[in-house]
Amino acid sequence: MNKSVEIGHHTSQQYNHELEEVRNLLMQMGGLVESQLAKALKALLEQDSELGEEVAFSDYKVNQLEVEIDEHCARIIARRQPAASDLRLLLSIIKSITDLERIGDEAEKIARHAIRASDINSGRLNISLRHLGDHVREILRESLDAMARMDSAQALRVARSDSQIDQEFDLLSRQLLTHMMEDPRTIQESLNVTWCARSLERIGDHCKNICEYVIYFVEGKDIRHINLKGRATPAEIVASQKAVELEPRRLPAGPEPDPDSVQS
Amino acid sequence: MSLASPTLDTGMTKQLNTTPGTMRQAGGPLDIETVVEELKELPQPVGRPLLEDPKYHTRDVCVFYNETKQAIFNVNLDIGRNEVIAMIGPSGCGKSTYLRCLNRMNDTIAGCRVTGELLLDGENVYARSQDPVLLRARVGMVFQKPNPFPKSIYDNVAYGPRLHGLANNRAELDAIVEDSLTRAGLFKEVKDRLNLPGTGLSGGQQQRLCIARAIAVSPEVILMDEPTSALDPIATGIIEELIDTLRQSFTICIVTHSMQQAARISQRTAYFHMGYLVEVNDTDTVFTNPGHLLTENYITGRFG
Repeated sequence: MNKSVEIGHHTSQQYNHELEEVRNLLMQMGGLVESQLAKALKALLEQDSELGEEVAFSDYKVNQLEVEIDEHCARIIARRQPAASDLRLLLSIIKSITDLERIGDEAEKIARHAIRASDINSGRLNISLRHLGDHVREILRESLDAMARMDSAQALRVARSDSQIDQEFDLLSRQLLTHMMEDPRTIQESLNVTWCARSLERIGDHCKNICEYVIYFVEGKDIRHINLKGRATPAEIVASQKAVELEPRRLPAGPEPDPDSVQS
Repeated sequence: MSLASPTLDTGMTKQLNTTPGTMRQAGGPLDIETVVEELKELPQPVGRPLLEDPKYHTRDVCVFYNETKQAIFNVNLDIGRNEVIAMIGPSGCGKSTYLRCLNRMNDTIAGCRVTGELLLDGENVYARSQDPVLLRARVGMVFQKPNPFPKSIYDNVAYGPRLHGLANNRAELDAIVEDSLTRAGLFKEVKDRLNLPGTGLSGGQQQRLCIARAIAVSPEVILMDEPTSALDPIATGIIEELIDTLRQSFTICIVTHSMQQAARISQRTAYFHMGYLVEVNDTDTVFTNPGHLLTENYITGRFG
């Protein structure tokens, strides 16, 4: 029998409305976070400190939504005792908003860098973030899209492409390191850019988490901490659950260059 | 895709895990004839209906009332030792009928015919040589409404052991009564009034008295048909706790309309629908990730 996930058709119309509402709030939060990130990047690349201020100021809206959605979910759990797909929906929403809120925080950090960088008028290097920034925005958009459509195949695709972000980040860090070694006067600025790149890389990780929650909701299997390589479809991953391969923990890829080694 | 788009619903339907013989769009209004067609084609229940070394081994169980109405269709199910298995499903789905087959309670219903294979520890429950009275000593039953005999508390519990000659003298009988009442969590409350009528107890106490009566003859299996539906939440909690302790010694099959109760107390859950056994699996799986759409719809409250 086809297993399908959708939230309507409960005997209780009120229950339908409640689930629909919490999902709409989630989408609203996703849209808000997406625009925060877009604005933060724009502020950074165009040295627009005013826009940066706006982003930093607006982060409270993201936080508010997180609290509101949490309250909605708690209320539904208390009053409806959801089971099966309803339960998985709520669990994935509760988890997703944590990641969305953190993405919001990272966007705020980037915005604050943008403000500072434009103050000292040294945003020259910020340009190097354009490509990574665009890529991360794309990933975020696709993750939210997968969430909106509850499309586990797309979620898997996106989750897997997070490794490209990681590679790009490594590459950028190395470039910046070279920069700093060549001309120690750029260290301050390079470090700032590194921190922004680090924020973007973290956003990629949060997007990956969101995609994993989508897969959990649709397929009913938790695929976190599983090596996604070489498996084409969510079903294949679910099928391979018996031989769970825990991915060896990767070491953080040098976002914080040791100051001593840079100086020498 | 715009996130604030109001067309979220259209994209929500996701299909996967297509099993041959089962093809229906989910969630939509349920067309009963289509459902029955699909159930007929369901080769066997979704999940894990069969076990190794089960307590009960039942195959192709069909029950007819008056030859015209078939109540259950080809149920294949194993019930494990020392497990609590919950049977859930909407009214008229056959779960109680199936439960009553397990100790031949259907014998008393005129025009009721049971076919198929029902083995208790490999022994045919419906064999001609099987004495239903002895069978029911091995397979006790607790009903929806507490039904103590109009006798004293002591005699209620002592009735079975006396009937089956389980005690040789008064002291042994006293020990059985005390032990049964203790295991049913009732002894402390009634030890000073064992000679008062059992019908004078509260509903929850009466139900525990019935459980004490059921376990007094040391059965192997206890069948419970909605044992707490007439009780308040506190008495229900006490009985659920009791069921979990009794699991150490008995196999327990429970029919319940409360899905939360099934989720709380059972290790396995069987979902019946219109006389068909649709899904059997670990309770955890059934309540977080059921395999069949009908199960999903039922436990998430999507039947109207």
